[in-house]
Formats: sequence, C-alpha cells, structure tokens
Amino acid sequence: MQEAELIERAELEGVVVGRERGLWADAFYRLTRNRLAMVGLVILIVVAGVAVAAANIHVVQRYDPYSDQLYNHVQEGPSWSHLFGTDNLGRDNWARVLAGVSISLQIGIGTQIVVLIIGLLVGVTAALGGKFTDNVMMRLTDVTYAFPDLLFIILMRSVLLGRDWPVISNPKLQIILAIAFVNWTIIARLVRGQMLSLAERDYVLAARALGASPWRVVVQHMLPNSLGPVIVAVTFGIPIAIFAEAALGFIGFGLPPPTASLGRLVSDGYAYVQVNYWVVVFPAAAVAVLMLCFTFVGDGLRDALDPRTR
Amino acid sequence: MGSGSAGPHTRVEVMTAYAIRRVLWLIPVLWAVATITFFLMHAVPGGPFTQDRALPESVITALNRRYHLDQPLWRQYLTYLWDLLHGDLGLSFRGDRDVSQLIRDGFFVTAQLGILAFLVASFFGLTLGVLSALNQNGPLDYLGVFVATIGAALPNFILATFLIVIFAINLGWFQILGWGGPEHVADLLNPSAWDVKKMVLPVVSLSFLPMAYIARVTRASMLEVLRQDYIRTAHAKGLAQQVVIIRHAIKNAMIPVLTLMGPIAAVLVTGSFIVENIYSIPGVGRQFVEAVIRRDYAMIMGTTLFYAAVVAVANLVVDLLYAVVDPRVRYG
Repeated sequence: MQEAELIERAELEGVVVGRERGLWADAFYRLTRNRLAMVGLVILIVVAGVAVAAANIHVVQRYDPYSDQLYNHVQEGPSWSHLFGTDNLGRDNWARVLAGVSISLQIGIGTQIVVLIIGLLVGVTAALGGKFTDNVMMRLTDVTYAFPDLLFIILMRSVLLGRDWPVISNPKLQIILAIAFVNWTIIARLVRGQMLSLAERDYVLAARALGASPWRVVVQHMLPNSLGPVIVAVTFGIPIAIFAEAALGFIGFGLPPPTASLGRLVSDGYAYVQVNYWVVVFPAAAVAVLMLCFTFVGDGLRDALDPRTR
Repeated sequence: MGSGSAGPHTRVEVMTAYAIRRVLWLIPVLWAVATITFFLMHAVPGGPFTQDRALPESVITALNRRYHLDQPLWRQYLTYLWDLLHGDLGLSFRGDRDVSQLIRDGFFVTAQLGILAFLVASFFGLTLGVLSALNQNGPLDYLGVFVATIGAALPNFILATFLIVIFAINLGWFQILGWGGPEHVADLLNPSAWDVKKMVLPVVSLSFLPMAYIARVTRASMLEVLRQDYIRTAHAKGLAQQVVIIRHAIKNAMIPVLTLMGPIAAVLVTGSFIVENIYSIPGVGRQFVEAVIRRDYAMIMGTTLFYAAVVAVANLVVDLLYAVVDPRVRYG
C-alpha cells in the first residue's frame, strides 16, 4: 500500500517516467507548452471544422459556391450578406473560399498519405534489401533532386490530365499522385537513414539474437523508433503539398475550371484585381493561414520530438 | 581515381580528382533527366497539332514529317540525344524557331530577375541574420525570426498578391505588367533601358523566400560561432568588438551559409516559374509553362534540361567552393 503510494508520487513528480509511453506523453506535454504550435493547431482545427461544416450545413455555407450566381451583386467587397464579397459572376466568396480550403486540406493530407506509403516501402527496401537496391534507390533520388520540383509536378500532372483509367480518373487523386510522385523521396531518404542507424542499435541486435524474423524486427522494433522524424517530415509535407496544389491551380494546371481550388481562385481573381482586389485577398489569405499553421505545428512537433532538447 | 598509385597525394591533386569526378557525374544525371522528360512528355495526352478546329489530314502529315513525329518513339529519342550531343536543341513548333535561341532570349530576362533577387536576398538575409544573432532574444531578434518564419512559410504568389494589392493598386507606387530590364545585352549599361518601377515587385516577390532561408541559417551559424573559443580568445587579446565580429565571427559563420546556395538556386528556379507568370515576364519559366500547354516538345525538353543544368551546376559549384573554403571537409 505504502509502496504503491510512493511510486505514484514519484511518477507525479516526474522522478520515474512510465516506460514506453514516456516519449509520446512527454512529446505531447512539450507540444502543449509551445504557444505558437498550439495557436496553429487551434486555428487549423477551427478552419477545418468550419470548412467541413460548410460542406454539409447550408447555414454555415450561406450560398452555393458554384450555382448561386447573383448578377445584381457582382464584384462586391465584404459585407454582412457576403462576408468575403462576391466575384465577377456574383458568386459568394465565403462559400468559394471554404470549398477551396476543404480541397486544399484533402490534397495536403491525401498527398502525405501516398508519400508515406511509397516512402516507407522504398526506404525500408533500400535499407534492408541489400546493396543493389540501395544503390538504385539512391541514384533515383539523385536524379529527382536534379529536377526542379514544380517542373516535374507540372509534367506529371499533364500526363495524368483527363485520363479515364479506373480509380485515377478522379482529378483530385490525379493532383495528389502528381505531387506525391515528386515528394516521396524526402520520406524515403529519411526512413533509409533511420533504418541504417537503427540496425546497429543494441535492442535490434538483441531482438535478432533472440531469433526474431527480419520482418518482425522491422515492424516491431525499427519502424516505431523511426516514427518521430517521419511524423515531423509528414507534417512539414502538408504545407508543401498545399502550396504545390495552389501553384498548379494558379498556373492553370490544377483542378478543372468550375472547381473552387484556392490557387485557381487567386488566379481568376487576378483578371479583375484592378476592379475588386477582395477576390484575390481572401483566398490568398486562406492559403497563407493554412501554410503558416501547418509550419508552426511542424516546428512544434520537431522540437517536442527531438531527443536532444529533452 | 589514381588512388592505387604510390605516394601521398597533395591536397590539390585530391581536389582536382574530386572536381573531375563531380563534373563527369553531371553527364548521367542530365541524361537521366532528358530521358525521363522525353518519355513523360510523349505520354501527355494529345499532340502538338490537336486543336479545337481540326487541321486537314494532309497538313498534319506534313507537319509530323517536318518535326520527325511520324517516326517511332525510340527513333525520335535517339535522334534527339544525337542532336543534343551536337548542341542542337531542335525547333520549336511555334514559329519554327530555334529552341536554343528562344531559351537564350528567355534566359537573358530570367537571369536578370534571378541575379537581382539573389543579391537582394543575400544582402538582407545576411544583415538580418547577423543582427538577430548579435541581439539574441532582443526585439531585433524577434523581428528577424518573425520575418524569416513568415518568409519561409508564405508561397511567393501569395506574397506577390499582397504586394500588388498594396503597392501597385492602392498606393500606385509600382507597375505590375512585364519586365523593366533591358532586352539586349548592349543595353545593360544604359540607365534608360531599366524601368525600375516595373522591376521592384517581381524581385521582392522572388527574393523573400531565399532571404528567409539565408537569415535563418546565418543566425544559427552566427550564434554557434560566437560561442567558440577563438572568439573568446579574440576578445581576450583586446580586439574591438567590431573587429571580432567582422574579421572572426562573420567570416566563419559564412561557411554553412555557402551550402545554402544550391537549394537557393532551386528555390529561385521554382520561384521564377510563378513570379514570371504573375507579372507576365517573358522568361524561361513562362516559356516552359506555355510549352507544356502547347505540347511544344522540343521547347519542353530544352527548358527542362536548361533548368536541370542550372541547378546541377549550382550544386556542383557550391560543393567545390565548400571544399576550398573549409579545410576540414574530406572528399573521397
């Protein structure tokens, strides 16, 4: 009884750190201490919440982003009836920007899911598949490094454009794949590096000595331990993907015309920037807020998960 | 390379071997870029002559023959590589002009934009970084970190949007369409050929991100150097603060900043795509985007190879400089 009490108090005072959960609980605690990261996280949750609500509840969305064209309310600035003003066809910018935010989030997160899958597979194979696989993989990343990102993304996007192959015919998925095909190298390199350094650790040697299969060593011991840097890289990858999508939309290689992606909203607004600059300001600000918040959260996570600063 | 021969190698010999190896490595990289781009762009649906209003069959046949598009793909590929080896980038479908000539024209504009942006980014980035480090945790430092964070996270077309709305439309200080630099090499020194009002916003838009990078790395590197023993020694022997900062600290803090130049070349290249499109500047970035839209094969190949070469050479120069500047770097 007394012993249990002592242990409990010791744990409360942080003298004894509970095993295994320690790292993550500690990282989470330190993340909550990071003011900028928390501000970013809260804003992201609110923005994402409003965007999801707008897509489902008409009261939040107020107008349809595509079909409500009010020709007697064209090119207006912000007002109570149109919070973000209206565009050249009298469509409500609030509804359109929220639709764009939801697209950006889907593409940002979707891209990172694809990147994570490809990156983990290639990284693990390169690290554990012997010298030949490793060489091929590293030369491949060398070449992708030589390609300017956006140029490659534009080419990939054009290759996938308008294909009606099964599954890939969805334009959002095409954009996600085009961006992911260029960005997977970051995760792959990271995982490979982690795997190579982890392979020499004592606990991995111990697991191997105990007769664990290579698959079990990788999945049970090595992957969980390389998770921290991967999570950070994925978080930083989201704003990169959001930027790539917005840039594609801006140059004219994005989602097909009626879709209100943020990049296209900015680019369409430019045609009338001299008449009504509010059309450009709100979608541009939305991209800026999304990217800044994800970067802040990424910074916070990196600091929280960095064992050197513990 | 020569590692089996007897006798110790001098530093110069080792470095020359390293430089040669790095230069030779450019060839397979550019070849890979050329090959990937070639097959990717031929996989893009639709050909250069697919238009809304269909051309007569005979015209298309004639055009295809003129640009060798009637041959099998592998043959076109080999022909392209062969011509490339002879420095011939082929003909653009638009106006039947020489691709290398078009790129040279575009690059003359892109280079002005890029070099100006680079100079602006370096100057303000270094100043901001050094001032931040010298006033660590002071108000100036917070300002520097704030600008660097915003600059690193904001896409340049978003930044450009706000710059245009504020400075071109509301205040009317600058103009936004086209490029204000000279069009011919001969005009470079002629002040009347430079229209600064048109140049400020594109240069600022392009330089913000690299400036933020440089400021960040300079600050970190300065802080690191200021804690070193030799700085304390310099102070201890009675040198004035400015002398210590300029002669000892800044000089050593520049080494990590140097490695940034490769990524910065890449950032400027990517940025030039977008900035040239926003401001309607007739540079290589805009040429590439137009070429992809029009399926102008030779032009896509030419601009891609050109950009890949720029980035590769920038990385190469940085690695070589790095080896020269920092004697601790081993190269093998």
